[in-house]
Amino acid sequence: MSILIKGGRVVDPANKIDAVLDILIEDNKIAKIARDIKMQADDLIDAAGKIVGPGIVDMHVHLRQPGREDKETVSTATAAAAKGGVTTVLAMPNTNPAMDCAENIKLLKGIISKDAKINVLVCGTITKGRQGKELSPAAILKKNGAYALSDDGCSVDNEELMLEAFKKARQAGILIICHCEDKKISGKGVINLGFNSTRLGLRGISNESEYKRVARDIALAEKSGAAVHIAHVSCRQSVEIIAKAKKKGMKLTCETAPHYFSLTEDALLGYDTNMKMNPPLRSPEDLLAIKQGLRDGTIDAIASDHAPHTDNEKDIEFERAEFGVVGLETELAVSVTELVDSELIDWTKLFEKLSFNPSRILGVDRGSLSPGAPADVVIISGGKNWLVKENELVSKSKNSAFLGRSLRGTVDYTICNGKIVHAK
Amino acid sequence: MLWTKKDLLGLEYLTPEEIGLILETAESFKEVSTREIKKVPALRGKTAVNLFYEPSTRTRVSFELAAKRLSADVINIATETSSVRKGETLIDTGKNIQALKADIIIMRHNCSGAANMLAAALDISVVNAGDGWHEHPTQALLDIFTLKEKLGRIKGLNVAIVGDIAHSRVARSNIWGLTKLGANVTVCAPEMLLPAEIEKTGVKTSSNIDEVLKNTDAVNVLRMQFERDEGTAFPEQLDYYKKFGITEERLARVKKDIIIMHPGPINRGIEISSGVADGKNSVILDQVTNGIAVRMAVLFLVAQAREARI
Repeated sequence: MSILIKGGRVVDPANKIDAVLDILIEDNKIAKIARDIKMQADDLIDAAGKIVGPGIVDMHVHLRQPGREDKETVSTATAAAAKGGVTTVLAMPNTNPAMDCAENIKLLKGIISKDAKINVLVCGTITKGRQGKELSPAAILKKNGAYALSDDGCSVDNEELMLEAFKKARQAGILIICHCEDKKISGKGVINLGFNSTRLGLRGISNESEYKRVARDIALAEKSGAAVHIAHVSCRQSVEIIAKAKKKGMKLTCETAPHYFSLTEDALLGYDTNMKMNPPLRSPEDLLAIKQGLRDGTIDAIASDHAPHTDNEKDIEFERAEFGVVGLETELAVSVTELVDSELIDWTKLFEKLSFNPSRILGVDRGSLSPGAPADVVIISGGKNWLVKENELVSKSKNSAFLGRSLRGTVDYTICNGKIVHAK
Repeated sequence: MLWTKKDLLGLEYLTPEEIGLILETAESFKEVSTREIKKVPALRGKTAVNLFYEPSTRTRVSFELAAKRLSADVINIATETSSVRKGETLIDTGKNIQALKADIIIMRHNCSGAANMLAAALDISVVNAGDGWHEHPTQALLDIFTLKEKLGRIKGLNVAIVGDIAHSRVARSNIWGLTKLGANVTVCAPEMLLPAEIEKTGVKTSSNIDEVLKNTDAVNVLRMQFERDEGTAFPEQLDYYKKFGITEERLARVKKDIIIMHPGPINRGIEISSGVADGKNSVILDQVTNGIAVRMAVLFLVAQAREARI
């Protein structure tokens, strides 16, 4: 099986390439990148005028399986991923059962090997059942294939336990991903605290509830010497705290999600539950800080925080609706629209955030077009607009924050491990 | 001018002209309640449904009387005894009421935004009778109507709203309505009962009631809403009556003709003294009377707008 991609603009930050080149894929691997490759391949893709880059590595995805197959499954989520140009996801462990022991990881891996259309990496929990009371066995989780540990959705409130978690993770050589939220501060809040929460009569979630926990987790990681990754950064102060800590040379990385650099709290004014997520959409000032952080490198990665919920959980009173939005099918296009189109960052930087950096953070051999690397490739029409329509979403849940929005950048082909998993 | 909105969701969404039209219409309806036969045929053949997810006597009765005095048929749905108990969603309940060919749903709900959501899902009219902490537009309209009746104008008046602003839909609706009509509004409460960035609505804030009263034409005294949020401190803890209670002693030091309003129900001795509540400055019962006229106006206008659409 071979694929020849002809004449595309190849962008590969790993090898500092941005040029019109051909790519030959053989035996599931990148075989050759060169000008004008003359060869008879099984598949020929004309990529003239298109962007060809490493497949997206989305390090924050809720697959919902096992336990909430009514929201999403490994099969439907990975189909959505393929459509969005995503070739690798890190599956968040807040499933039922949670990924807190070898048996549960084996169960999920069984489903993945049967149903997944792209690469799925497993994330284990920091604490058993994500209860914040007792540590999960980090070394065992790692041995069974976990790429990181996170209690995503919750933060470990107990400071001593969290320090212990960092120490154990360091010994096991596994990354901890922190959901930073002090629920004593955020309480029953549902949107950003400010004028809009006052106007709408809804309880607010302050920036403080996020950045104070960011500061704490960074301090604990530093004390333990462990690596730490901060998930879904949404506010200005978090960016500032992370920038400062990075200057000290810590093993510290972070991600943001597309909705934090494309939408503000003003999207909530009609009580649209598809704009309800945690952390919440913030102020225009926070959005600018996120964009600035992406540009100056403080924010390493873009991840979707794909969080599918059924209509039953979203078409209800705002404060009773679930937090979270789907994002696998729109993250690339939102990033192109908001970051590349507006010339905030170039294509190389974009693939750094979407592919190369998350691969490096997770320690996987993805996110590059190096000869010999697994052939994960995305081919994009960078200048083409498309409308996000509910009935065209492949994900089992339709709770997108971008319904009805026109986005720039269509995914024409997604190739994963040398196989075409999506073709427009 | 013509009224074109099928719903009344909040005063934030209205223009000063639209608010003015409701007040004018209410003026003409006020007389109906003084007749021997308290009825006009304006909404004959129309059905209004009171859908109340929160206990309320005052507002529900006021809406019911308003609809009946317009000759509409009125159904009351108490959610404790309906399919809502069986887990029906709000939108499903609304669609069923619509399928029964009702014309107007008057809804009270404990979640902010519930009326907005229902209105967007239905073709029939939705009148917000109070949603969470968000808005209670007819209460503010009747407060404004009463003020205008007593003082002849709204523009330029100094109005204070005192009490639990953070958890009050009455406060929010009053703030939007009064500021749109050109009143100078001050909200007065302990720091912790002022919601974030409230001054962006155009109001002043204060935690000193005596200062505020010095230069005020009217005071809207809010009930402490401590049952709405477990996290809120009780009035005793805040020493509320001593620091913010509207009492004869306080009023003796300020303008003699200051107007005292209260949306009810009153907690005597908690936010207002009995003497003030029953005293000559109080217009509390006038508010209740005017509530019917204002609600008649609202029901009439939204029904008319929908008719014009069909």
